[in-house]
Amino acid sequence: MGLRAAAWAMALGLVGAAPPPDGWGVTPLPDPRQEAAARRLMHELRCLTCQNQSIAESNAPQAETMRALVRERIRAGRSPEDVRAELIERYGDWVSFRPPPRPDTWLLWAMPVVALGLGAVVVRRLLR
Amino acid sequence: MTVSRILPLVLLAALATFLGLNLGRPQQATVRSAMVGKPAPAFALPGLAGEPGLRQADLATGRPVLVNLFASWCLPCRVEAPQLAALRRAGVVIHGIALRDRPEDVAAFLARHGNPFGRIGLDADGRVAVGFGSSGVPETFLIDGQGIIRAQHIGEIRPEDVPKILKELRRWG
Repeated sequence: MGLRAAAWAMALGLVGAAPPPDGWGVTPLPDPRQEAAARRLMHELRCLTCQNQSIAESNAPQAETMRALVRERIRAGRSPEDVRAELIERYGDWVSFRPPPRPDTWLLWAMPVVALGLGAVVVRRLLR
Repeated sequence: MTVSRILPLVLLAALATFLGLNLGRPQQATVRSAMVGKPAPAFALPGLAGEPGLRQADLATGRPVLVNLFASWCLPCRVEAPQLAALRRAGVVIHGIALRDRPEDVAAFLARHGNPFGRIGLDADGRVAVGFGSSGVPETFLIDGQGIIRAQHIGEIRPEDVPKILKELRRWG
């Protein structure tokens, strides 16, 4: 590409549209706010080949594919929760480290409050 | 010693036993695709040189087909090659999706282990595998005549799996 053609491509936004040479699996997004949002989400998504790591931490090829998917969607203006929902649709709740708030998960979410309440009862009885 | 003194100790012992037993056990659950029961994802993959590739429309043809995710770098994929050949001989249509592979390596793999596939798509970046809810290779999906994913087989197809897969195909055909 000649210099003039490159300038035109840049002016038309074509350069920004092309994926980076190494792919979005390893290249951060140019917009730091989008990159921060993408990273937050990556830390909450499970790598399917090395299950107890997040896709942000894993070197597995599948984690790279999923990071690229997350960055592309965020770059296109989709919300992190939207991207999480897309992956849950494919892999089920297990892909997300954050359990969804749903009628069948209320006990899980209520557990810290319940445990704190029980602790308070025990402490009160001990102090009496 | 009263019951209220012993109870915490009993609970602690129960917790320690539970943790001790579970921490020693490697935890690697199989993640099944949540796409079973849903239509196959929309995709269009390029094929090997001079061949047509694979797209979503190839899967909804009025009769059930198998989609096998494989790779030349995948050892269990070699193990299941004779079983795929047996299914092919039984008249089953099998399409292949080669995961993160180079066309020349795929061609060499097929030359060596046989080519049971009707069509082959090259999923170079692994995105279509994610679309299927796949977590690795080899995996095989059963797609019914309307293009709905009906079953997922994780890992290599062993000789004893062949009759089960044929039965499942008859169920959806």
